[in-house]
Amino acid sequence: MYDFAYHRPSSVADAVKLLASDPDAKVMSGGMTLIPTLKQRLAKPSAIVDLSGIKDLVGISVSGSAVTIKAMTTHAAVAASAEVKKAIPALAAMAEHIGDAQVRNRGTIGGSIANHDPAADYPGAVLALGATVHTNKRKIAADDFFTGMFSTALAPDEIVTAVEFPIPEKAAYVKFPNPASRYAMVGVFVAKGPAGVRVAVTGAGANGVFRHTAMEEALAKNWSPDALHDVGTAEEGLNGDIHASKEYRAHLVGVMAKRAVAKAG
Amino acid sequence: MGFEGIGAAVRRREDLRFISGRGNYTDDINRPGQLHAVIIRSPHAHARIKGIDAAAAKAAPGVVAVFVGEDMAADNLGGLPCGWQVKNKDGSPMAEPPHPVLAVGKVRHVGDPVAVVIAESKGAARDAAELVSVDYEVLPAAPTLEAAQKPGAPLVHDGVAGNICYDWHLGDKDAVDAAFAKAHKVGRLELVNNRLIPNAMEPRAAVGEFDPASGDYTLYTTSQNPHVIRLLMGAFVLHIPEHKLRVVAPDVGGGFGSKIYHYAEEAIVTWAAGKVKRPVKWTAERTESFMSDAHGRDHITVAEMAMDKDGKFLALRVHTQANMGAYLSTFAPCVPTYLYATLLAGVYTTPAIYAEVKAVFTNSVPVDAYRGAGRPEASFLLERLVDICALEMGLDRVEIRRRNFIPASAFPYQTPVALQYDSGDYNATLEACLKAADWAGFEARRAEAKKRGKLRGIGISTYIEACGIAPSAVVGSLGARAGLYEVANIRVNPTGSITVFTGTHSHGQGHETTFAQLIADQFGVPMSQVEIVHGDTAKIPFGMGTYGSRSIAVGGSAMVKAAEKIIAKGKRIAAHLLEASADDIEFKDGKFQVAGTDRAKALAEVSLAAYVPHNYPIEELEPGLEETAFYDPKNFTYPGGCHICEVEIDPDTGVVQVVNFCAVDDVGRVINPMIVEGQIQGGVAQGIGQALLETCVYDENGQLLSGSMMDYTMPRADDLPNIKVGTAITLCTHNPLGVKGCGEVGAIGSPPAVIGAVVDALKDYGVRHLDMPATPHKLWQIINANRPRMAAE
Repeated sequence: MYDFAYHRPSSVADAVKLLASDPDAKVMSGGMTLIPTLKQRLAKPSAIVDLSGIKDLVGISVSGSAVTIKAMTTHAAVAASAEVKKAIPALAAMAEHIGDAQVRNRGTIGGSIANHDPAADYPGAVLALGATVHTNKRKIAADDFFTGMFSTALAPDEIVTAVEFPIPEKAAYVKFPNPASRYAMVGVFVAKGPAGVRVAVTGAGANGVFRHTAMEEALAKNWSPDALHDVGTAEEGLNGDIHASKEYRAHLVGVMAKRAVAKAG
Repeated sequence: MGFEGIGAAVRRREDLRFISGRGNYTDDINRPGQLHAVIIRSPHAHARIKGIDAAAAKAAPGVVAVFVGEDMAADNLGGLPCGWQVKNKDGSPMAEPPHPVLAVGKVRHVGDPVAVVIAESKGAARDAAELVSVDYEVLPAAPTLEAAQKPGAPLVHDGVAGNICYDWHLGDKDAVDAAFAKAHKVGRLELVNNRLIPNAMEPRAAVGEFDPASGDYTLYTTSQNPHVIRLLMGAFVLHIPEHKLRVVAPDVGGGFGSKIYHYAEEAIVTWAAGKVKRPVKWTAERTESFMSDAHGRDHITVAEMAMDKDGKFLALRVHTQANMGAYLSTFAPCVPTYLYATLLAGVYTTPAIYAEVKAVFTNSVPVDAYRGAGRPEASFLLERLVDICALEMGLDRVEIRRRNFIPASAFPYQTPVALQYDSGDYNATLEACLKAADWAGFEARRAEAKKRGKLRGIGISTYIEACGIAPSAVVGSLGARAGLYEVANIRVNPTGSITVFTGTHSHGQGHETTFAQLIADQFGVPMSQVEIVHGDTAKIPFGMGTYGSRSIAVGGSAMVKAAEKIIAKGKRIAAHLLEASADDIEFKDGKFQVAGTDRAKALAEVSLAAYVPHNYPIEELEPGLEETAFYDPKNFTYPGGCHICEVEIDPDTGVVQVVNFCAVDDVGRVINPMIVEGQIQGGVAQGIGQALLETCVYDENGQLLSGSMMDYTMPRADDLPNIKVGTAITLCTHNPLGVKGCGEVGAIGSPPAVIGAVVDALKDYGVRHLDMPATPHKLWQIINANRPRMAAE
């Protein structure tokens, strides 16, 4: 990797200050994408602002209506949390199948959604559950947060501090992993809750996570896998590569969605 | 001590150091004053080098030198040599274009080495490498077999017309044509054997060192055969005589063939160490491994089998195109010829066979032997074709095999494609595997799976291979530029411990255990008294290394021969000590004993007498107890067996799960059943990898799309079933141990069984054959395309 300055602030305010003072600085949470990118010399930041020293950014709290996960909470912690398992079992189960054990022990929810890798799992949960993203500046609704592949509504000096998930009545996530990378080639998160029926598709879209409104309408009328039988998925806007054509991905969106509804019960 | 000799499932003695991080791999070696090399590689599949500007790099901090192809040419260095010459049908030699260590004038594949930056640290070398400006004129590329053979295709080498390396054949064309003319039915198959990227766990690495005081060079390298590297690099590339060049291959983390060859980086670091007078180290990054380790397989084949009215095979006709890549790797030419077409009889009595093989240069990484080397390609073709023949004849897949097997009574059996099989019992391995896999109960399992919405299929292969390579005179007559004997030196130390120096090399196979068991068995001593030394040309005699499942069959035989010499000498020493005739001395359980008495001398007493020859027959016998034997095998060995695979396919997604896999192999005498099982399991894992997961993909411009673990699907534990392994052995008749070899059988026997199972699962969808890998995407396309027809029926 190229040389860079390394900062490990102990507060969000200090981290923001460092970012504001240097437009070429990069925030690092778990580093699960950034570090490989640096090692391959695909990024040349002037400085890394490592959030791992900020104790305030770790933790899970559950109220009667919401689960709030602070940004630097690891996937492993979410997967193991008895509270999350009880309140939103689909979220804990999803976290349990991100990457491998090493990734789950380093990777964080804040890092995952701020990076918005189109094949990441968390964006599906955030969008389907209608979560609210808390930052040092504001609260952003999930529908406004993801703006495109590797792109979000975050400003350069804005840091995700927590994600607040309304507790759904039913939810489940099913993914079809890419055979090589095991990232989601298609992942569908379905939820029925305070915000109505929401279906989010990750892995398949060229612009990252998206809501499948046709499926939402069908499921709102009839919450069952059969309701999705005749709901197609447009190939336009999907990814196609050596592992899966757009056509196959579109098909898998339907299969994964049905399986997710069945799993949600 | 428990039983540690031949046949004991002794735990691998080397594993403690490997799994506790105490191995000593090439990248663990750091020499005083060491510099680091970074190789600049072509980003283009085909381009002319118009100029290289390295001035900025040379001036960068920490940089000691930057070298390009012209610098090596100025030192009159040779190119990378090819170790095997194949001849065309008309007897003319194959096209053998130059293979410069660093590209000169042109680059021919993505990853082709262009320049090397040598600096005080790897980081400094990387930084400087970015400052080297290479001016490329990009040329149209021919990265695949199809592209390279189109009319007007770009020429990979200017002097090689049509990109044809050779157009070779084997067998009796007239006899085959005559048999086809009277055939009752013909089975026909077109197939692709998918290109694979080996991906040993340890990436390649090399450290070159030059001692200005002595003029000696040392190369530490990730090699399966250090003496071969010393010979090839010293004699053909760098012009360093053997006695001034030492090659060390320390612990090596997997090879699978990809570490047989002499690679550019070995020559670069050794030569550069001499230029800059400091050690130079290079370690591949995984991305470099993908674009510079020799790839495997990559055939397109059309095969036809003529049959009589009973389904007896009358003749086989095969036409294969084989991708050589951009240059000839060390043993590339022999893989699709003498290690492939010679196996086309398989386990069957097919009386006439004719094979044509056209080898083609392409703008891709060189292709060479990869676990199985030619035999997996042969067994895949043949076993798939036999399944097609069964369909044509309306015969059961097992029945058609039984009708055509070479019977156990027919050995030695001369095939029509040069080989003479010494032993085997194909019905025995077949019956044992059918039983282990419960072949008879399959239809009930298929019906049960159907209730769960799964498509279940079963596949079988009854394969043979030729390994234990090989008789030197035979391979010499076929174009090999090397002998393929093996050597062992056994040194009984003064107090009776034993050091064995072998020319074979262990890079995961467990030789330190297997060979120690063999020696313990020969001398009746505990394994703890035996040390196996390999991998250093300064220690071991000139041996040929490990590949082609040859270590026990050829290297182990050399050990037996050397042990016999030691024992013969020991008898004479013991006879002197015991005042008896040498003819009356028996060697048993570690003791030299006067037959029929209790008078005996232990091995340690005899060895001490040999090194402290006070009471010793010095007039007639030299002191010391150390013997060397070179063993040149009389024939190849012929392991074979039966693999049965069962799969379930999810018709909604195309996902295949291997739910059952049984292998019953005849590997000859088994020294360590645990190691043999491990070798077979590993081979089957790679075979399942080829059949279901792995494939190398180039785009039309020659960019490597499957160039990382993100896109190249290596098999993982959860892709694999619990593999049931059994053996049903016949002994090899021509080596002293009766051993055949087990390193490659798993990768050779398994792919056709897996694809056979997938095809069987999809039989209602009109599928007769499909090419590897059977990915979910491919299977879903088949299922989806045939679904309307299914529904209509």
